[in-house]
Amino acid sequence: MKMQFKGKASHFSVALLMSLISLGSFAAIDVYEFDNAAQEKRFHLLMEELRCPKCQNQNLEDSNAGLARDLKTRAYDLLKEGKSNQDIVDYMVERYGDFVTYRPPLRPTTWLLWFGPFVILLLAGFLLLWRTWRVSKEVPEKTELDRERLKQVLQQYEDDEPE
Amino acid sequence: MEKSKVWIFLAPLGVFIALAALLFNSLGNDPRLLPSAKLGRPVPVFNLPVLGAVSEEFSQENLKGHVSLLNVWATWCPSCRVEHPVLNQLAESGVVIYGLNYKDKSEEALNYLQQLGNPYQKVIYDKKGDLGLDLGVYGAPETYIIDAEGLIVYRHVGVVSDEVWVTVLKPLMDAAAQSEQVPSKGGFSG
Repeated sequence: MKMQFKGKASHFSVALLMSLISLGSFAAIDVYEFDNAAQEKRFHLLMEELRCPKCQNQNLEDSNAGLARDLKTRAYDLLKEGKSNQDIVDYMVERYGDFVTYRPPLRPTTWLLWFGPFVILLLAGFLLLWRTWRVSKEVPEKTELDRERLKQVLQQYEDDEPE
Repeated sequence: MEKSKVWIFLAPLGVFIALAALLFNSLGNDPRLLPSAKLGRPVPVFNLPVLGAVSEEFSQENLKGHVSLLNVWATWCPSCRVEHPVLNQLAESGVVIYGLNYKDKSEEALNYLQQLGNPYQKVIYDKKGDLGLDLGVYGAPETYIIDAEGLIVYRHVGVVSDEVWVTVLKPLMDAAAQSEQVPSKGGFSG
């Protein structure tokens, strides 16, 4: 009976310890206060779309780099001022270039990036069509030839058989 | 038929060569080096204290009038110590260098300059990193070439070595100084 109680107590203390650990990790995350849930959601979506310039491939939401925190705080301030998502992205791009956004802007230098895959798809489709068209044109000739050859071979076979 | 067969072999070979050339070309590139979004644009508007002089203020207007280097540094930046002797040498040879002390403590920064020498005409004290953010600074050291009109000509990310100075920065600074003189001469003659 006493043993059972001890077991429960240790379970409880472990649970308590674990809850402390999770509290600790929460405390390390920057705390921003928002007017409403929609604004908070907007902020987090925006932070997922902006890339930390210091890190090679991490968004501002995930990065713990000092610079990422600075940019996050600046974005938060701009959001609080009532700036739109586009305003905030433009603000960052103006300072850090296209690298800072995961959604590259549409301009002549990025045309290849945006339209390249579709051009390749179109090209592949065209090539496929052209090939099938060409093959279907060639098929009758071939069957004609093959029949003749077949006759020849059969004839030969029949001729050879007696041996 | 024969012709198209040749193409079947040549096309992938061509694609391979193109891809290999593209990849080989990018092999030496450091993906951490980003082009500045501010090239050809004026230095952002700012008004910040000068390090070591509490009442003195410094703005983008103070950078105009001559071609200069703007060196972003901090005491917490190990690479800044590496390039510091080079900056000292450049300052001695007459290059105008301004410092941007980025997200640092003023006492530590002053201490650092006392120990290692001060190559800067003036050091802009950007404690919160606001000017750094407006410039698009993503790590110290960074060195900007500013022309006489206060436009950003170039940004070098990383240590300024003797080699970087001779091969990259000096030619650009000379060119900036040259282009500065040409219009003013034209102005005088016209």
